[in-house]
Amino acid sequence: MITDIRTPQPTPGRGRAGRPSLEGAHGERLLAGWSRTGAPTELPEHLDRHGPVPSFTAHDGEHPLIEEIARAGLAGRGGAGFPTAKKLRAVAGAKRTDRVVVANGMESEPASAKDKTLLRLAPQLVLDGIVLAADAVGARQAHLCVAPDTGLDQRLRELVAERRALGIDPIEITVRTPPHHYVSSESSALVNWLGGGEAKPTTTPPRTAERGVGGLPTLVDNVETLAHVALIARYGADWFRERGTAESPGTTLVTLTGAVAEPGVYEIEYGTSVHDILELAHPVGDAQAVLVGGYFGTWLPAAEAAALEYSAAGLASAGASSGAGVLAVLPPHACVLAETARILEYLGAQSSRQCGPCLFGLPATAGDFAQVAFGQPDREGTERLERRVELLLGRGACKHPDGAARLAASALRTFAPHVRRHLKWGPCPAAVDARPLLPTPAETIKDGDWR
Amino acid sequence: MKRTARRLVIDRIACTGHGLCAELFPEQLALDDWGYPIQSPGPIAGGDTRHAQRAVAACPALAMRLEAARG
Repeated sequence: MITDIRTPQPTPGRGRAGRPSLEGAHGERLLAGWSRTGAPTELPEHLDRHGPVPSFTAHDGEHPLIEEIARAGLAGRGGAGFPTAKKLRAVAGAKRTDRVVVANGMESEPASAKDKTLLRLAPQLVLDGIVLAADAVGARQAHLCVAPDTGLDQRLRELVAERRALGIDPIEITVRTPPHHYVSSESSALVNWLGGGEAKPTTTPPRTAERGVGGLPTLVDNVETLAHVALIARYGADWFRERGTAESPGTTLVTLTGAVAEPGVYEIEYGTSVHDILELAHPVGDAQAVLVGGYFGTWLPAAEAAALEYSAAGLASAGASSGAGVLAVLPPHACVLAETARILEYLGAQSSRQCGPCLFGLPATAGDFAQVAFGQPDREGTERLERRVELLLGRGACKHPDGAARLAASALRTFAPHVRRHLKWGPCPAAVDARPLLPTPAETIKDGDWR
Repeated sequence: MKRTARRLVIDRIACTGHGLCAELFPEQLALDDWGYPIQSPGPIAGGDTRHAQRAVAACPALAMRLEAARG
């Protein structure tokens, strides 16, 4: 019944009118319904395939589902890769007994489409995961947050109502649409907004597990993580571990983008080589570099990236991490410095402008970087850039400046010869002429846009 | 008597870059191009503790505190 990802169904990864869509063809677990029918999963089909949402009988010790998730070794799929069972335990063990679950489907990373795709194609798994997690931590309130510009919220509200009418969900899931800025999907920002504040990150501690929405202990999990919870609850930890590696078990969603013929979201098995993953999307020409993780990610030379095992340990061996699950292929005729400069400018504009290093340091870094990419940089300016990149690390309330610094540093380090070329001769032809590869939506955030 | 080592925690959202802290506790704090503190890592012990306490007390934004250093 489960399709092997190495012999995927020949469903083309193309949307209506034959245009490439961001909804890839291949899925073994989360996207199994899509590869079989080519259509979003409706409730009867979902129940037919996976059966009803299992219920767990509480016993004296830990909630059995938390135990199962711990045995499965599930790690969060939102970027930080934190062990899901630990998070569940923190909320389940909180002093206050009134608790909240927040499903994070905001996906603010412009190059990523995995969460939107999951919510479109397999929304029932996410909704199952929310009610299961709520049961595990003892929450009576659950919010599902999606970006307002995706059009997903209306459909999800209908699905929630359908499930409530059929008596599937013991609690009401509220679908919410917070402001859609890059840092608004950070868990403390979501929690702050749900509690009536602005969608800006807040100072931690307190952690959301202790004091979250309305001061209540709150579990914030990415929607893909919750979909895996729904599968683990049904099939168990041993089944989950049949895929992936011992340290990074299971499958995960990745967005393959850039110089590939079939860009889209693919469900892959941890432990697969980056080369084999990229082959799914048919890279065009000889790749020059791969951006691993997204806009907080790491540029690696294509050959180095291809040889890596896609897992926490495999990517860490090259100083990278899976982040938002983005693998973006840079073609030979593009300039990594120009791509990075545009992303840094975007990240600078997306700052919540609360912490000095992000408010001043990030735009200044982006400006210095743009000078290297597009201007007539001098040695002094380049040295200042390197110093400013260092000074973004660990100096914000959230990890926004750290992520930007990581991206900038990896570009300067990995492409040092190209930096020297720009220093000597000015911008390369690709920096001037090539069309931007990665999306950097132009948006000016005004003071009132955070509520 | 051995006093426990402490560490300085900066609330980056509360900090507005007055810069007094770097004058009062130069052993661990410097300022960036915009006057916001750059902190050297590590616990604070011995005579430095007095300087750190002065910096915490003088911060107009109440953006700093001393905590017990973690193991």
